[in-house]
Amino acid sequence: MKFRLSALIPFLVFSLIGLALAIGLRNDPRAMPSAMIDRDMPAFTLQPVSDDLPLLQRSDLLGKVSLLNVFGSWCTACLHEHPTLMRLARQKRLAIYGVDWRDTPSAGANWLRTNGNPFTAVGLDSQSKLAIDLGVTGAPETYLIDAKGRIRFKQVGPITEPVWRETIEPMVILLEAEL
Amino acid sequence: MKAIWTAMGIWLAISAAPALAVTPIEQLRDPALEARARVISKDLRCVVCQNQSIDDSNASLAADMRVLVRQRIIAGDTNDQVTQYMVDRYGDFVLLRPPVKRNTYALWFGPMGFIGFGALIFWLTSRRRKTTKAASVDAGNPDEDQRIDELLEQYRK
Repeated sequence: MKFRLSALIPFLVFSLIGLALAIGLRNDPRAMPSAMIDRDMPAFTLQPVSDDLPLLQRSDLLGKVSLLNVFGSWCTACLHEHPTLMRLARQKRLAIYGVDWRDTPSAGANWLRTNGNPFTAVGLDSQSKLAIDLGVTGAPETYLIDAKGRIRFKQVGPITEPVWRETIEPMVILLEAEL
Repeated sequence: MKAIWTAMGIWLAISAAPALAVTPIEQLRDPALEARARVISKDLRCVVCQNQSIDDSNASLAADMRVLVRQRIIAGDTNDQVTQYMVDRYGDFVLLRPPVKRNTYALWFGPMGFIGFGALIFWLTSRRRKTTKAASVDAGNPDEDQRIDELLEQYRK
């Protein structure tokens, strides 16, 4: 029997489909590109979670590299990253600001008393005003803000120690070098 | 008896309208504006549940987005401006109907491309089949013709 090159077509088509599916498997359908990267932080003023905590506004974020952490007392994954945030706050690594999202002041303040407060300032966003402006899809989400108040990176999901070490800290160091 | 069951089944299927996610307090008083809000919300994706529109979703973020859509309408935005407001913050991902853009060409025109490719293969194969069939009938092999003649000769004898 004579070998024809066209006999390879089914095999090639199969390989192509296989390759496309293999790439598809590796994609995380929940990972969404953020539309807010390299954009200015929107203007905002949030009410304080409780009277003894300062309110949070956009001007607080200027002049230094900081993190803006979206959390809530209802958010279980937030507990997962809390030790890392507490450590960074203890060591005064950088300013961390909190947005208590879809929460009541009493529940939010209670949560911070129970678990510790790593935030320089915390604002209450009970109606997702700032959250929607930031394109928040769930908690926890953390925005890395440069000294000019621009969003440079968004971490979806908890900042565990490896995430801090391998993803966020290198960017913080780069941004701090720009100062 | 069977007819009754069928009738009941049909009645159930018709009456079982999906529960409305939009709560009465969210709704606008003006029915025309509310209708616009519903139209806009149906094409905005709930970013928490991802395969539902914010009009369908019971997620709290979807509820807040519905309220925001209505606030934008009250503020005087057109439907397109409200949609753009969400796209500015969440990207094209927030649209349930992806826009025709360079990075969605494969999505929009891919199926048509596949159909075209299939039609091309079909056309090529059927053309080849026709020509081979025609060739085997028309152009006889001289050796075979001679052999047939010999056989016919023998038969006649």
